[in-house]
Amino acid sequence: MNPSVETLRATFGSAIGRAVESCGDTIVYVERAALLEMMSWLRDTPGQQYDYLVDVTAVEYRDRERPLELVYNLRSLERRADLRVKVELEPGGDLTVDSIVPLWRGADWLEREVYDMFGIAFRGHPDLRRILMWETYAEGHPLRKDFPLRGRFSRAEQVRQALTANPEAHYSLEELSIAAAYDELPPDMRERLRRGERGKIPYSE
Amino acid sequence: MSKRTVELELATPGLDAQGRPARLPLAAAAPEPERLSESGASGEHMLINLGPQHPATHGVLRLVVELDGETVVRVIPHVGYLHSGFEKLGEYRHYNQIIPLTDRTDYLSPMANNVGFALAAERLMGIELTPRCTVLRVIACEMSRIISHMVWLGTTSIDLGAFTPFLWAFQERERIYNLQEMWTGARLTTSVTRVGGMMADVTDDFVAGLRQFVDTYPKTLHEIDRVLTRNAVWVGRTQGVGAMTAQEAINYSLSGPMLRASGVPYDVRKDRPYLDYDSYEFDVPVGEHGDVYDRYLVRLEECHQSNRILRQALERLPGGPVNVADPRLILPPKSRAMSDMEAMIYHFKQVMEGVKAPVGEAYVGIENPKGELGTYLVSDGTAKPVRWRIRPPSFINLAALPKMAEGHLLSDLIAINASVDIVMGEVDR
Amino acid sequence: MKRVLETKEVAGQSPNYLLAKAQDLVDWAVNSSRANSLWPMPFGTACCAIEFMATAASRYDFARFGMERQAFSPRQADVLICAGRLPFKLAPVIRRIYDQMPQPKWVISMGACASTGGIFDNYAMVQGIDTIVPVDVYVPGCPPRPEGLLYGVLLLHKKIKGESLFDRAARREEQPLDERGLRLPPEQIDEISEPFGNSIHQFRSA
Repeated sequence: MNPSVETLRATFGSAIGRAVESCGDTIVYVERAALLEMMSWLRDTPGQQYDYLVDVTAVEYRDRERPLELVYNLRSLERRADLRVKVELEPGGDLTVDSIVPLWRGADWLEREVYDMFGIAFRGHPDLRRILMWETYAEGHPLRKDFPLRGRFSRAEQVRQALTANPEAHYSLEELSIAAAYDELPPDMRERLRRGERGKIPYSE
Repeated sequence: MSKRTVELELATPGLDAQGRPARLPLAAAAPEPERLSESGASGEHMLINLGPQHPATHGVLRLVVELDGETVVRVIPHVGYLHSGFEKLGEYRHYNQIIPLTDRTDYLSPMANNVGFALAAERLMGIELTPRCTVLRVIACEMSRIISHMVWLGTTSIDLGAFTPFLWAFQERERIYNLQEMWTGARLTTSVTRVGGMMADVTDDFVAGLRQFVDTYPKTLHEIDRVLTRNAVWVGRTQGVGAMTAQEAINYSLSGPMLRASGVPYDVRKDRPYLDYDSYEFDVPVGEHGDVYDRYLVRLEECHQSNRILRQALERLPGGPVNVADPRLILPPKSRAMSDMEAMIYHFKQVMEGVKAPVGEAYVGIENPKGELGTYLVSDGTAKPVRWRIRPPSFINLAALPKMAEGHLLSDLIAINASVDIVMGEVDR
Repeated sequence: MKRVLETKEVAGQSPNYLLAKAQDLVDWAVNSSRANSLWPMPFGTACCAIEFMATAASRYDFARFGMERQAFSPRQADVLICAGRLPFKLAPVIRRIYDQMPQPKWVISMGACASTGGIFDNYAMVQGIDTIVPVDVYVPGCPPRPEGLLYGVLLLHKKIKGESLFDRAARREEQPLDERGLRLPPEQIDEISEPFGNSIHQFRSA
């Protein structure tokens, strides 16, 4: 068991859930409210120094009773230690988690991929859009277990929708302020845009 | 552990196109990239679209570039044009059936991908490999590194206007292809591993052929080195272009040659050894400036080091069985399956039901040519994984492209994009 | 079963021997030049593109078959070689490239994924590019060997040499999308995209 777990528990108390070991890796479950603060602590505290974000992904189990898990793989290049942090989410409930892009820029595309494939939204992400499927993709989030392998629509309908998608979408300068493709966006995305969750223009530090 | 920073005699401060020594280490305050702006253009920006079908984007990457004159203000990559649903498909396949899928993610280094997946599945099931299999897998990984770096060299040199190295590199690839074909029957989609062993043992001809390759390959590397490393055009177009500091490289989660070119001496083979890499003698080349030129030098030197590992592996290749002696994991020979009742039952169970993995999860990272290829497997006790996650090195490396290209010229963007060494099959999966 | 009810004399259309010979000569000249200097438009997406590159490189060198110049612009290309899998996200792109190519144009579908979807029978993949653009030659394999691609190119040569400028039926016409935005009727697309093989295990998770 990784000694970081004990230190974490001492620092964050009840926000740290159970810790288990699997195939030599330590997995620690945390509350989502404490996630950002805890990640920041793990990265910056001397003696922890988990400075390298290996991966961000999610897991949904075949057993529908089990919660959706958001998985962060952290590594300390200096100390050569690994830690896997998990956040449990209710598949039917609120799927919003704090983004860790402010800590690691490398999380940018990884979180977009999790959003695209699982529908988990990241609060504070600078440019939360679909990344692998196209923006107007209407069938859902492919890696969820209720998504059938061959998609929800018939093949002909899939071909039709694909061919009618505009390959020149996002060409205009306005697109950079994410306004041009507004009419093509699915309603939920438009709703979020209206509430201003989309944040600033991508890559515009 | 023997460490580490190898003195690259190639990485002596080079000359820029004007013949001046022009390089500062990144730590010394590097001058701001010069922003060329055309006075007549009145600050009007222009958007151009590169791809998804463009010869210099190495596949179906699409870049929307905002330009001020010829200077890149912003790059927005659009990926996903080759999204094939690998990870979803993996949830519907037995562990051994996933191995052919791994060939097709990073199709420039298929054998290393096979090894990465097999190692993760074996850690999940708690399988110890035989000594011969371990060495054969090292050989597979290093052969993959060589062919992948050869494609990188060939296509990047085409992007920067040198055609000849492409032909040389592809000749070497054809030689490795012949060896792969001798071993697995396929040139590209090898599927060489199985959970608990290999798909086939190598023949004596293969060993002789590989030995001959190892002896003659450095000659080509030296030729490429002679043509490119001190070439004024090459140097002028790569030095000081697309630099990342070590701090930024870590923050962007870069891995592989991209990370090492920025001066972070991190190599999975040394720091989290898998197979028996800790017993080989090889050096990890580390760059100093983090620019395109250093990435080139690092990759070139890695080819030499791979050759060195291959040589050691050939010397130590032990005899004995390739597969673990467990009939529940490894298919019996066809002749026995046809005549022996017990063998037939095992054969049937493996083909129809697959190999069951215990409940749990495993992450194994291996040093692929592009960077750290992670395989994260979650099992719920059945023969098919609940989740098969690939940590795609070139996807994560590519995410740093907007940062690297900012403020450079449009033509430099091509060089920077080439230096990331992306392969879209893996970026999009 | 068809029954011939009456036969009718067709008046005055007996082919002129000399004219036919002249037409043959023109066809031969035009088709040989077309077939022997095809400019390929490599639409390389995945693994097959690597084998395509190997075919273009030193050992196999398809310049020997008149394909020296690779046209990376569809406007100057004769044959579209789709090398690799084609996800739905890429479907409008290949359709646009096909539309941008001038007549006469041909399409080679290289590899199992381009031809049928291959092992990717899932939500993301077009099940054969013939649901989107008309295909002349299918090259099987995963990926095909360079020899396979060269054989496909030679088959295309054969096909081109059999075309005629004067026979309307054998001439190639534009094949635009219909008002539904599809190239084929939806039922046909569904039928083409049916999974093959008899294993139900491949669609069963655990």
